[in-house]
Amino acid sequence: MNERKDSDVSTDPFPTSGDERRLDLDVELERDTEGVWTPSSLPSHDEVPPHIGFWKRFRRNKVALVAAIYLVLLVLAAVFAKQLVPQNPNVQNLLQVNAKPSGAHWFGQDDLGRDVFARIIYGARISLEASFLAVALALVVALPLGLVAGFVGGWVDQVLMRISDAIQVIPALVLALVISGILGPSTTNVGLALAIVFAPGFVRLVRGQVIGVREETYIEASRSIGAKPLFIIRKRVLHNVASPLIVQAAVTFGFALLAEASLSFLGLGVQAPDASWGTMLSRAFAQVYEAGWLLWIPGGAIAITVLAFNLIGDGLRDALGTETRGA
Amino acid sequence: MSDATEVTGVTDGTDGTGPSGATPLLRVRGLRKIFPVRKGVLRRTVAHVRAVDGVDFDVGTGEILGLVGESGSGKSTTGRLILRLIEPTEGSVELDGKDVRALGGEQLRKARRDMQMVFQDPYSSLDPLATVADVVGEPFQVHFKMSRKERDKKVVELLEQVGLGSHHLRRFPAAFSGGQRQRIAVARALALEPKLIIADEPVSALDMSTQSQVVNLLLDLQQRLGVAFLFIAHDLSIVHHASSRIAVMYLGALVEVGDAEEIYTRPRHPYTEALLSAIPVPDPQVERDRERIVLRGDPPSPLNPPSGCRYHTRCNYAMDICSVEDPQPTPTTSGGTVACHLHTSGPTLNGRPLSELGSVQTIPVRPSTTS
Repeated sequence: MNERKDSDVSTDPFPTSGDERRLDLDVELERDTEGVWTPSSLPSHDEVPPHIGFWKRFRRNKVALVAAIYLVLLVLAAVFAKQLVPQNPNVQNLLQVNAKPSGAHWFGQDDLGRDVFARIIYGARISLEASFLAVALALVVALPLGLVAGFVGGWVDQVLMRISDAIQVIPALVLALVISGILGPSTTNVGLALAIVFAPGFVRLVRGQVIGVREETYIEASRSIGAKPLFIIRKRVLHNVASPLIVQAAVTFGFALLAEASLSFLGLGVQAPDASWGTMLSRAFAQVYEAGWLLWIPGGAIAITVLAFNLIGDGLRDALGTETRGA
Repeated sequence: MSDATEVTGVTDGTDGTGPSGATPLLRVRGLRKIFPVRKGVLRRTVAHVRAVDGVDFDVGTGEILGLVGESGSGKSTTGRLILRLIEPTEGSVELDGKDVRALGGEQLRKARRDMQMVFQDPYSSLDPLATVADVVGEPFQVHFKMSRKERDKKVVELLEQVGLGSHHLRRFPAAFSGGQRQRIAVARALALEPKLIIADEPVSALDMSTQSQVVNLLLDLQQRLGVAFLFIAHDLSIVHHASSRIAVMYLGALVEVGDAEEIYTRPRHPYTEALLSAIPVPDPQVERDRERIVLRGDPPSPLNPPSGCRYHTRCNYAMDICSVEDPQPTPTTSGGTVACHLHTSGPTLNGRPLSELGSVQTIPVRPSTTS
């Protein structure tokens, strides 16, 4: 009668070591433990909150700082395009088709003689608008869903995760192509399509973080005080999820810009005569034998801006002391 | 140490009828928690863990009851069951005569004002991204409408209660040592002026020097504010220092309940005796010469607890009956209860201390550690 069935060793919730904390395991036994993991980005208990000394740490990363300054300037230029650029980006000058850069036209003129610099600045407006719309919309949708999925768990979590699986199995660009194809070509629709593409990633990120936080004793402490779930989510979970989400949002912004350019390149974005970087690239591509240098300008703008977003993402990650999983 | 011995109205730990008939602050009867063990894709229940298996005890108003036992004995689970942080499978929990288990969501939330918890690990029980003002003020935020200013004033008062200054208000947990963090956790538990605080190993994550500080703080609060404590620990010497009564738990069940001093000096249950023997004596001479009772092996798995008395597989006194019949609680001569066949069958002790067993059987004798 003294025999212990050792076949169940793996399910023995009371390990032989004297580690008292393992006691908490018996709580988890009842829970659906599928996919429960603690992301490395959770704040450790010894950690000073990420916003304390944030600037000091961010400033130290010169590359990220330069990227941030570049982006601020770009956004300002896009917002104040009218005041900044004297030329109208849509005025044609067929006498100066494919003109090389000059003092009057810094980036030269395109195949219809339009000022490329003006088009880049006005195009930045549209490209950034669409990317911002995509990221903001994805966040607005994904944050509550991720919080609910992670905190409530159970079948709610299952349903949400299967839906996001279903979205994620389709290659991002193909999906965006289909959606904006259905919605019709416009900047807003591109943003909308990209939001749908990005949302599942955000949901997963938030959910993972929440699952990690949910197991923390301070959540149990809040419950023992008598806090309602909504209070706990708002006051205890949200700020613990914020840091990795901010980093992820910055990186995603870069992806959105690239995706917007791709869709515009294929003609699904903003319609002529207005320009976005993608449509400019597309037009320049048609002229590749006559004026190959025209490709470099929107291409360079896209590359530099995407790079800037990624560098800022890196800088934020270091400054916030978080580690995100790959996008 | 000895000042903790005087007990008012020793509510008997098991039969439920206290001598005075007054209702205790906390009354736990037949508390049981069985966790299903699920396996496979279908989450089929393949086994049950009897984490807490029929526990009865009372905590009087303003009393400190120590709950001791090894890792995995179910003592932390018991604490959480009382607060309903984990839903009990069976049994009743009454606080001030009100059945806690019958409370619905909103009522339960309100009832939690009366019982609070201090957790084992002060490193994980405080939100690392919340200031002290937020952490200690959380109960006010949850239960009352209060301006931030009022809340901060209250928090400062609470911090003073636990010996921390008001300049800590805007600091984050990372700025504090383990002992200070536990003080913050205690301040949070005190915020709603609870009648009962369940302290789940409040000092085992702290180093020796801070342990006594925190224990003394709890004792001080008990005396000044009249808060009752359920003091959960695995270290019998700390519990002895802190509590007036002690309940000893083994594998989900209470084996002995009684006056702290009695249990510490004259244990009735072989398991209590073994636990006592594990306390090192701070005198190297005595420590070297004394004979310790070394428990063989690990506690049996609660997945498959031994038949009869759960302790019989490791007991030095085990008799034939022990593997067959589960011993029922018997009153001890000092007013507690003990669940062991030694007191009812074979060499009958009838509630007398184990040390009086000497003539009946050869047993390892623990030299008195209290001079």
